[in-house]
Amino acid sequence: MTHSFCKSIVFAGWLAACAVTANADSASPVVTPLPVYKQECAACHLAYPPGMLPAASWQRLMGSLNKHYGTDASLDKVVTQDIAGWLKANAGTYKRVSEEPAQDRITKSAWFLRKHRDGEVPADVWKRASVGSPANCAACHTNAAQGSFNERDIKIPK
Amino acid sequence: MANKFTYSRKFIFSPLLLVALVFSVAGSNAQAATPAEQLAGYTAQAGTPAQPAKGQQLFTTRHGKEWSCASCHTATPTVEGKHASTGKAIGPLAPAFNAERFTDTAKTEKWFRRNCNDVMGRECTPGEKADVLAWLLTLKR
Repeated sequence: MTHSFCKSIVFAGWLAACAVTANADSASPVVTPLPVYKQECAACHLAYPPGMLPAASWQRLMGSLNKHYGTDASLDKVVTQDIAGWLKANAGTYKRVSEEPAQDRITKSAWFLRKHRDGEVPADVWKRASVGSPANCAACHTNAAQGSFNERDIKIPK
Repeated sequence: MANKFTYSRKFIFSPLLLVALVFSVAGSNAQAATPAEQLAGYTAQAGTPAQPAKGQQLFTTRHGKEWSCASCHTATPTVEGKHASTGKAIGPLAPAFNAERFTDTAKTEKWFRRNCNDVMGRECTPGEKADVLAWLLTLKR
């Protein structure tokens, strides 16, 4: 009886782990966005999952919001600290996120470039008006706003 | 009959209440105000009447930098706009077409501060803010 009970527990645990990771990309867990992060940062672009960059990148970004990829995205001190703290706590620690990409851009990470290489995503896709730029995840990743980048949900627009 | 406690209550409570009020207003991040109230505020600061035509011109021209306000908000912001860099949809800016607009002074100030910096390289003056808001309020259904 003990043996089969243990097996059920292990199986239940495995099922739970599957449920947790079902929506996620194969390597990163889904983290519920901090409300103020979503409110402030998703005003202009997707609330990028914090696990997509290492803590050092997030720190630099949060320390230079007034010069945020060509715009002034500055926030008041308290809000900045709140968001910075949450990003640091939830930053990527998996091996593939350990590099700090050029200009701290997710879209310049080695893993991003590999997943979106020409053989996977034709180069002309990035030029389509419906897509705009590689930073516009939701153009193709239809559940990106929910933190899900599952391959099944991809629809590349014309 | 007055005693030492009545006196101290009167002199402690009302200043405390006043201080609490001041702190609650100063400390809060969201401050509700209608678009008309915000326009009145900027007009008062500017010391001159708001001019919608000037506001429209400011909004739709470039000021030495890459973007104008219209680059993201469109030239007649009664419709959805689009972020010039990320492509993200932006709700209409004219209050008559979007009930949320200009209802929170802290939010208004934050966006004016950042976006005027992007468009003009400086803060907008109260007069400029008044002109723009006055023009936006002329955009009706």
